[in-house]
Amino acid sequence: MTLAGLPLSILALLLGAALVPLLARSGRGVAAWSSAAVLGIAALAVAPLAPAALAGTVTVLRWPWLPEWGLDLAFRLDGLGLLFAILILGIGQLVILYAAYYMPPEDGLGRFFGILLAFAGGMLGVVLSENLLLMVIFWEITSLASFLLIAYRHDASEARIAARMALAVTGGGGLALLAGVLLLGRIAGSLELSAVLAAGEAVRAHPLYPVALALVLLGAFTKSAQFPFHFWLPNAMAAPTPVSAYLHSATMVKAGVFLLARLYPVLSGTELWFALVSGTGAVTLAYGAYVALLKHDLKGLLAYSTISHLGLITLLIGLESPLSTVAAVFHIINHAIFKASLFMAAGIIDHECGTRDMRRINGMFRYMPQTAVLGMVAAAAMAGVPLLNGFLSKEMFFAETLQEPPVAGYAYALPAFATFAGVLSVAYSLRFIHDVFFHGEPVGLPRTPHEPPLWMRVPVGILSLLCLVVGLLPQSSVGALLRTASAAALGGPPPPYELAPWHGFNLPLAMSAVALAGGALWYRFRGVLFDLHERFAPLVGGPAAFERVYNAAAAAARLLMAAMDTGRLRRYVALLLLAALGLGLHAVAGAGLAPPHGAVIPADPVAIGALVALAVGAFGCAGLHRRRPLAVVFASVVGLIVSLTFLRFSAPDLALTQLSVEVVTIVLLLLALRFLPEEARATDAPRRRRLGDAAIAGAGGLGAAALAYALLTRPFETVSGFFVEQSVPGGGGTNVVNVILVDFRGFDTLGEIWVLALAALGAHALLEGLRLRPHALRAASEADRHPVMLAMLMRPLLPLALTVAFHILLRGHNLPGGGFIAGLITGIVLILQYLAVGLDITSARLRVDHLRLFALGLALAAGTGMASMAFGAPFLTSAHGYVPIPLVGRTHLASALAFDLGVYLVVVATVLLVLSELGRLSQRELRPAACGGQG
Amino acid sequence: MTHLPVLPVLVPMVAAILLLAVHSAGAAVLRGVGLAAVALLAAVAVLLLAATAQGAVAVVAIGAWPPPFGIVLVADRLSATMVAVTAAVAVPALLAATDGTDLQGRHFHPFFQMQLAGLNGAFLTGDLFNLFVFFEVLLIASYALLAHGAGAARVRAGLHYVVLNLAASLVFLVGLALLYGALGTLNLADVAGRLAALPLEEAAPARAGLALIAGVFAFKAALLPLGFWLPHAYPAAAAPVAALFAVLTKVGIYALLRLSSVALADDAPAAAGLVAPWLMPAAIGTVVAATLGVLAAPSLGAIAAHLLLLSTGMLAAGVAEGSAPMLAAVLYYLPHTTLVSAGLFLLAGHIAATRGEEARDRIRRGPRLPRPGLVGGAYLALAVAVTGLPPLSGFLGKVMLLAAAPATPAGYAMWASFLLSGFVAALALARAASVLFWERSEPRAAVGRAAPPRLGLALAVAVGFVPLLVLGAAPLSAHARATAEQVAARRPYLEAVLPRDLPPAARERRP
Repeated sequence: MTLAGLPLSILALLLGAALVPLLARSGRGVAAWSSAAVLGIAALAVAPLAPAALAGTVTVLRWPWLPEWGLDLAFRLDGLGLLFAILILGIGQLVILYAAYYMPPEDGLGRFFGILLAFAGGMLGVVLSENLLLMVIFWEITSLASFLLIAYRHDASEARIAARMALAVTGGGGLALLAGVLLLGRIAGSLELSAVLAAGEAVRAHPLYPVALALVLLGAFTKSAQFPFHFWLPNAMAAPTPVSAYLHSATMVKAGVFLLARLYPVLSGTELWFALVSGTGAVTLAYGAYVALLKHDLKGLLAYSTISHLGLITLLIGLESPLSTVAAVFHIINHAIFKASLFMAAGIIDHECGTRDMRRINGMFRYMPQTAVLGMVAAAAMAGVPLLNGFLSKEMFFAETLQEPPVAGYAYALPAFATFAGVLSVAYSLRFIHDVFFHGEPVGLPRTPHEPPLWMRVPVGILSLLCLVVGLLPQSSVGALLRTASAAALGGPPPPYELAPWHGFNLPLAMSAVALAGGALWYRFRGVLFDLHERFAPLVGGPAAFERVYNAAAAAARLLMAAMDTGRLRRYVALLLLAALGLGLHAVAGAGLAPPHGAVIPADPVAIGALVALAVGAFGCAGLHRRRPLAVVFASVVGLIVSLTFLRFSAPDLALTQLSVEVVTIVLLLLALRFLPEEARATDAPRRRRLGDAAIAGAGGLGAAALAYALLTRPFETVSGFFVEQSVPGGGGTNVVNVILVDFRGFDTLGEIWVLALAALGAHALLEGLRLRPHALRAASEADRHPVMLAMLMRPLLPLALTVAFHILLRGHNLPGGGFIAGLITGIVLILQYLAVGLDITSARLRVDHLRLFALGLALAAGTGMASMAFGAPFLTSAHGYVPIPLVGRTHLASALAFDLGVYLVVVATVLLVLSELGRLSQRELRPAACGGQG
Repeated sequence: MTHLPVLPVLVPMVAAILLLAVHSAGAAVLRGVGLAAVALLAAVAVLLLAATAQGAVAVVAIGAWPPPFGIVLVADRLSATMVAVTAAVAVPALLAATDGTDLQGRHFHPFFQMQLAGLNGAFLTGDLFNLFVFFEVLLIASYALLAHGAGAARVRAGLHYVVLNLAASLVFLVGLALLYGALGTLNLADVAGRLAALPLEEAAPARAGLALIAGVFAFKAALLPLGFWLPHAYPAAAAPVAALFAVLTKVGIYALLRLSSVALADDAPAAAGLVAPWLMPAAIGTVVAATLGVLAAPSLGAIAAHLLLLSTGMLAAGVAEGSAPMLAAVLYYLPHTTLVSAGLFLLAGHIAATRGEEARDRIRRGPRLPRPGLVGGAYLALAVAVTGLPPLSGFLGKVMLLAAAPATPAGYAMWASFLLSGFVAALALARAASVLFWERSEPRAAVGRAAPPRLGLALAVAVGFVPLLVLGAAPLSAHARATAEQVAARRPYLEAVLPRDLPPAARERRP
């Protein structure tokens, strides 16, 4: 069960991240102690497995999670993971101790430590993952945590932008890494590290190897701030200093080089690897070291020095000799130790001086001698001064450059370059020591500096002491760890090497001496460089530049969107029609049109006349659409011809429906049109565009006509015979159309009456509070508002018409009629009544609650359907038979009648609601006082 | 339980009737009925999931008329999943609406219920004309909901929405007429059978009809170039409505998936190359355009709308690809993106409510948020999930989609567009967060109002789905895989609707 310690340690950190903010409400001390405890628990969980890992055993724990997608909860502890776990958990403890004193007292620390623990969890996950996808998950958790920590002081705009910049670079790199890992998994056939490591040969021979390598390297280089992706790291110094010490020097930025080391056995050994990795590393090493000296900001210097050292590690990994990889691992350890210490020292100085500008911070040795000594030890380690840890790994680097390089022609160039890089790093280390701790008196500091609290110095002291211990006793302090970690990185035992503070007088020592002397000289003449830098340094990579780029991208996106999306309905409709046309053509082109081969009914003169009228109606409606009432009249012609067509083909139900729908809608439309000006505003669209629109519309019409013709001229196989056959025995009605509506496809009808109801309710909702001024308010029209003749006529007509409607409703199942038609007839009667006597009288006679009427109709229709469910039959199963009715006798009734009654009520309710809304709007016109303002 | 597939339609429908009947009762009654109906719907959805979990395809012949003559409702794993997603979104959306949105206009609750009925009907019906009817129910209800509460932007967006959708309905109807004229049936399974028997040279009208219908589905899914209306309409809607609308585009995706998997099988020559060739470019184009839109969006709501569009593009690409593993990925990603998008709309509404009329959710300085910790946590969770960053469900879904993408140009286009769009979305959301949460016009900027409490609760419910999607990833993924296999196998659906032992449908042949 000790194996479970691996996920448990990560889980402890992530749970701690959620818990500490809650605990922090009890005080800062609680926050700090609980965070430290969480880190301790994580360490205890890993500890039992450490001896085995140190001995070179690889421990793997695999819990299946999403095995079909290659994502399993698989963890692994080997030498490399152990080394990083020690760095993460060890330096984490020191950072928490340090931060508890560093952070301003008004900060409750809950959020800070919470995110810090989340980061630690993510980072530990990266180094302990066996599954590569799992590693990517943890990888991006560290990017997110880094984002939140950089933006921690979010009142400063630089911090906010720097955070987004870091997210853009490292998060984006993470996505590249995801793609790279997935590609690796495809090539290797597995996403488990063990399998991928074993498939190195196949991976390197695969045609996609260069792509996978480039993507993985993109992830590694962005995370480890390699040139040209380095610029986020100096800006990330906006984070509180404990964050810089922890994430941005010791751990997170090492994730990139960790990845290089982890995948070294798979990806290395090709010229591409050598060129990309060592080339990038070399450029980063020199560039970072050069710029570091020029930074006046204390943390800026350290940031660029970090970039330079990461470049060094990358270069060492890229050199591809086993010993250079050992040197890289060794330098990972050493750099983490001295750089964390330096950042903490820088934080103390910042804390005490209120500034980080090295032009103002001078002579600190007098004010804080202990901190100064500790800082100088660490800085000397960074410079590679003998007897300190930095010297050892740098000496290994120098020795490696003297080996036969994999690519010929570098024999002299590489050692010379290495020495030059050494010179630069000595120079900036000297600046850190000399400028800050000596070099006269401080200039205009906001407060007088003094030694910080003891517990702030302790972490620095521990780390600086470690520099010394590792420098003096390398073998007994880190020898075993280095060997096993290097073995893990190499995928096999490392070559023999000797870890000792002293190797005698040899060439690497001479190179070190040159670097020290040269560095002193370089620092001596730094003034020249500062001048050059001030004059020529381009202002790229800063927050302002990032913001400019981002805003330019957003502006470009807006422009592109505006070009694509005009926000105009015309364009949308045109696109829809064009798409329909294109799809239709594409579909037909894929099949080819066979010539017509069916019987065609010859056209008679009546039919031709009707079709001409139809065309006139359609053209008139389109051509005169701006004169609204006229356009409506033309549209009604179309409806009329359609109903005649139904009659011609013996469909009286449809003809009746179409006719009454036509009457109701046209009258209601005309009533509604009173609120619009008679003529619509002329369009300002240019002629060309209108012609284009006409072409699209015409093509659509012609296309539909062509397809309809094609359809009608070939034989037709249909299921509709079933309906005719089953109408009487199954549906209990002789009117097939009605039986289809209320029985065979009653479900459709139920949906459609809902559509009707919803449309009426929607209009009711939309018109709420709306105030309209009718346009057709002329004295003449006002005079015959309610024609007397009509009013006289309506009195006898009303009961008569309602009786007819009722009759049509009842007979519908067997003869033309039904609920829909009956409802429409009732609607017409109500409209006439409204026109005859006005709304007030009409609604006074019809005291109905429209919404309840809807509810009643819908409940009848749906309830009829549900009643059958009570008898175990499916929804909407109808029943019919002879029912004894008093006075009438035995009558043939179908349950569908109740359904039809529901349809009837919904149609009537719709007409009533629309009428009452129209009347409500019209009432306002008569009472100017109610009009108020025009809304 | 024979009636189970009807219930997802009936429960909200009966609730809507009840709500109309008691319309004059107080807000508490209406809300109670609405919430109870949604809770009942959720229970029905769970039952439906359970009933279909073992691979059964439940068919209800409405009116006891045998298919292909009558209308059938078909519940398989896919339909049950869609109904469950709808119910899962409905709960927080309605909860949020009960905080006053529902009182800003008339009839909110019946419209909301009928929106659900329309959605569920569209997910369950096995008949193309019935699908059209449910599309209409959906459309009118959604139009009323979109315009709910008025406001110039809402009315304008609503007008575009309804006119365009009516035009699309017309195209749908033309397509249906062609299909019925050519094949003499509208039952989807029967269409599949008829189509397989249709010789290619006779297939032109049927093909045109199917292509038009598929085009309407693409329009409903708001794919490029038919989806420009969506980013105008959704941010203009009230937040709870926009949250519910997160399901709406999925109807288009579902219908495309159902149509292409049941009717457009490869063995029918008449169906060859009808949809997939244009669907993939349209889907990738949607992803690209939506990515630009995310970058250009002026408010959090607009970002959410474009992200919704983006995810629809990703899903459509998966449907166009169509392999069983890809569909499994699509079916994990679909619930994730729907729930997270709904949460994002609720979050935008929450922030807008606290920052007041002047700033709302626009990405510019405004009053400080009253409870930045909680809202910030919700933002972080939703943003990470929606952009597909680890460790949340968006990442898992994206990994599945990428892993299932084939090694073809289309597959690499999916890789590039999915990864880059996630990158841009992360940057845009990071910037929005930076402005909304951290930027102050002056050091002591005024604190915004407290948000309505139930909106906060609804947001919490929506955010609560995110960890569930991660912790339950294994069973959800297994379910998605089983669903995809059932869809890809095709036979179970066809045989459940039209059993082999049934005599072949009597058909009349007319000259």
